[in-house]
Amino acid sequence: MSKKSFRPDVDAPKWKGGYSPYDIIKEGTIALVVILVLTLIFAIVFGSPDEKAITVRTWSNADPIDFATTALSELNGTSTSAAYGAPYNNVPGSGQAMGPLKLEQWVGVRIPINAGKDFVISPLKSLPDQPILDQNLKTWSTASTTTQNSWLSSYGKAAAKMKVVKGQIVVNTTSAGPLPVMINDLTQMARSGALDQALVTGHGFYTTDYTKPLLFLADSGYLSNLASNQHLTGDQWGMMNETGSYPGQAWLWLYTFWYQIPPFNTSASGDALVFATMGVLSLLLLFVPFIPGLRSIPRKLKIYRLIWREHYQDSK
Amino acid sequence: MSTSEIDRQWTTRLRRRVEGKLPPEKLLPDTQPTYVSSWIYVFGIATLSSLGVVIGTGCILALRGPQWWHGSAYGHFINSMHLWSVEIFFFAMVVHLWGKFAMAAWRGGRALTWMTGVVTFLVSIGAGFTGYVSQSNFDSQWISTQAKDGINATGAGAYFNVLNLGQMLMWHIVLLPLGAIVLTGMHVLMVRIKGVVPPFEEGAEVAE
Amino acid sequence: MAFLLSFAALIPLDNLGHYIQWHFIEISIANLIVMILMVVTFIVALVAPFPGRSRRKENR
Repeated sequence: MSKKSFRPDVDAPKWKGGYSPYDIIKEGTIALVVILVLTLIFAIVFGSPDEKAITVRTWSNADPIDFATTALSELNGTSTSAAYGAPYNNVPGSGQAMGPLKLEQWVGVRIPINAGKDFVISPLKSLPDQPILDQNLKTWSTASTTTQNSWLSSYGKAAAKMKVVKGQIVVNTTSAGPLPVMINDLTQMARSGALDQALVTGHGFYTTDYTKPLLFLADSGYLSNLASNQHLTGDQWGMMNETGSYPGQAWLWLYTFWYQIPPFNTSASGDALVFATMGVLSLLLLFVPFIPGLRSIPRKLKIYRLIWREHYQDSK
Repeated sequence: MSTSEIDRQWTTRLRRRVEGKLPPEKLLPDTQPTYVSSWIYVFGIATLSSLGVVIGTGCILALRGPQWWHGSAYGHFINSMHLWSVEIFFFAMVVHLWGKFAMAAWRGGRALTWMTGVVTFLVSIGAGFTGYVSQSNFDSQWISTQAKDGINATGAGAYFNVLNLGQMLMWHIVLLPLGAIVLTGMHVLMVRIKGVVPPFEEGAEVAE
Repeated sequence: MAFLLSFAALIPLDNLGHYIQWHFIEISIANLIVMILMVVTFIVALVAPFPGRSRRKENR
């Protein structure tokens, strides 16, 4: 043995036994063929899921009231996107923290989203030749914040009894200023498909960035209802699930597990806490070879005796 | 040119180092120690092979671009192969991980081999995740809008925007596969340099 | 044969899956099968006899 004492969980004995023939290229080729055949069998038998993407158009046609109330929430600042905080907008008191680490806030606003302007006002302004709408938009933009808020409040109260009459959004209020026209016109724009386009083309003709339409869709009740039907929401362990009955990202089981138990599922900083926990656990796994106790588990579990049983039998 | 000058060249030094550490008979061995005799040993090469199929099917998908598989039955079939090879890849990798843990395969100066393996696992999870959000279907709409909260909570979301399809696709088809391939290459080379970990010595249990 | 003609999967899993619920644990049958298979595969890999023992003995 070496001068230093032999540590069984760190050092390995030098192999003094025999060697047997081993064809690494042949083994590799066989493995590749076996995996390819398995993949082919699974692909041929089960295929793969491709649940069509939803659009603002499908959403607003399927549930115009959900759409109109979501649009209102973008204007009055109650939607998830509008109240999100960093990295999208400045909202005092928002954002998650890992104890004293307020990483989200420290990074600040990097992907600016002004929910009311980006999801409602700007798309409406892009519609050509709409004299009535233009007049209402002008009324909106020239009004004071106090007036806007009183309109929003009146519209919000009446929105509980919102109706769709002959495809038009009808709200029973006379004190909501330009809002009934704005919300109805946005709903019509959405139902025609024009809003989908207006939200993506914010950066010009070519784009590969769907941040705005995705944030808007995520504010709806429609998307989460569809996801809930497919068992995809966070409290359904949805992170590891897939549409249909395909296996999903089963390797995320531990990650999604934390979301089911306190304090993770009750804390306002649940995401941050889960991420921190998984970070610590990943580091533990990474440094297993150096952590006393942890690195002795395999020797104490004795599973290795099964793996090397021939060797132990022969060396007796 | 003198011999000593040649000796001092970076190229010469690198070649000699590689020759010393990884001679051809170690890189492509024709024997194995006799203790290497268990089915658990096949899961390393099974993981490597499924990575090969994942990359191969991914390359076929790349030929016709990201929207192809939505409209073509053949494209959809290649996507199915891509999905199932990923499932097999993670399956084999997890069994490989359990097996190597049971063997305490980090012993004898193999800690870095273990660590590159763990990092490859984590990078693969990232590669899988960016694949899911790059599908451009309902699944990716839901996954991306959910995952943004987790990633934003770390502050990384400001730069790694899961709602930006172009960015996610680039990570999925360039950066993360590159990382996975380089890490896997390092991992396999280290296994070849150090050899397969020998069994625990009977009676060694008393030493610590 | 059907597959060769159209590339369509023989048994597509597009229908809504089944889920098992036990207290706060909720898992899809598909994921459960994958996980059970993983554990079974691991155990089989540990205990199944590996071929070629006699040849290895010769080389000792």
